[in-house]
Amino acid sequence: MSIWLIPAIILIILVTATAKRVPAYEVFVEGSKEGFQIAISLLPYLLGMMVSIAIFQASGAMDAFLHLFKPLTAVFNIPEQILPLAMVRPISGTAALSMTTELIRTFGPDSLIGQMASVMQGSTDTTLYIITVYFGAVGIKKMGDALKVGLLADLVGIIASIIIVLILFS
Amino acid sequence: MVNVIWVVLAVSGIVYAAFNGTMEQVNEAIFETIDESILITMSLLGVLVFWLGLMKIAEEAGLLKGLAKLFKPVVRRLFPEIPADDPAMGYILSNMTANIFGLGNAATPMGLKAMKELKRLSGGSTEASRSMITLLAINTSSLTIVPTTVIAIRMKYESVEPTTIIGPTILATLISTMAAILIDRYFYYRRRRLGSIL
Repeated sequence: MSIWLIPAIILIILVTATAKRVPAYEVFVEGSKEGFQIAISLLPYLLGMMVSIAIFQASGAMDAFLHLFKPLTAVFNIPEQILPLAMVRPISGTAALSMTTELIRTFGPDSLIGQMASVMQGSTDTTLYIITVYFGAVGIKKMGDALKVGLLADLVGIIASIIIVLILFS
Repeated sequence: MVNVIWVVLAVSGIVYAAFNGTMEQVNEAIFETIDESILITMSLLGVLVFWLGLMKIAEEAGLLKGLAKLFKPVVRRLFPEIPADDPAMGYILSNMTANIFGLGNAATPMGLKAMKELKRLSGGSTEASRSMITLLAINTSSLTIVPTTVIAIRMKYESVEPTTIIGPTILATLISTMAAILIDRYFYYRRRRLGSIL
């Protein structure tokens, strides 16, 4: 079904445009130019944020920071191996994906930890990346409450993933 | 807030590396990441050029207006500041639809174009508008129905049932999206309250 989706969208757009006598090719080129401009203008935001996260991660500071929160898992009775993923998920998409892969490889995809990592990875997105790209693309400097809203929603999503998996699979 | 996060991440990393002998890794990471950010921008450039070209045709052909009309009751409540037949609404809906169907690489271009339209509506200000924050809240909580990447990883490590996580994932996504919308509302009313005191 999914291989039909994008071609179908293209088909519908082009057929409707032709029926309404829109000069499709000319309009396509005109609209495309905007994409070029958006991509270039978001580079500084993206590069800046990625470098800062990379320094934090490569230095080992991130692991040390995550280690500080280990005692929390005992309090809430959740597997301690899941916590680093929960905390990294909103900050770095690549780091989270490699953690998820590692957890699934080590504990098995059908283990409690494997299921938890899968749901956590699938149900939330990298908030910091999305905020950087979306605001970067249009040059928004004052982000208002966006970061707070995004991170709090992540927290809810992560807690929800843990609880749902605990109820369904344990 | 983002200034603080940005500086703290880099500074604490460098200080930590100074005491733990990981400066070499930090140096390597800096230059690798610069290259990586160029690669990401380039791949975004491709999908942006393609989808924004295509969506411009959809806009001129009246398809985006049609989409906006179809979902009017729902989105008007989510984005009360946007005029009902503004093109911004069409792009926001395309972004949400693409997200739901797991078309990640189409969702981003449409979301970015929606942001651009929202900036036009807020008079070109460099400050985030209410609608922008709502759009971001919806996107960061991700509306995915089928988490294809995760399923692929599970299959690679020989899961007995790679797809069992679809149901729980949808449930968790629904909860976090609803939470995102409610939290966004809460902060909006809080801003307004604080604004009226000042």
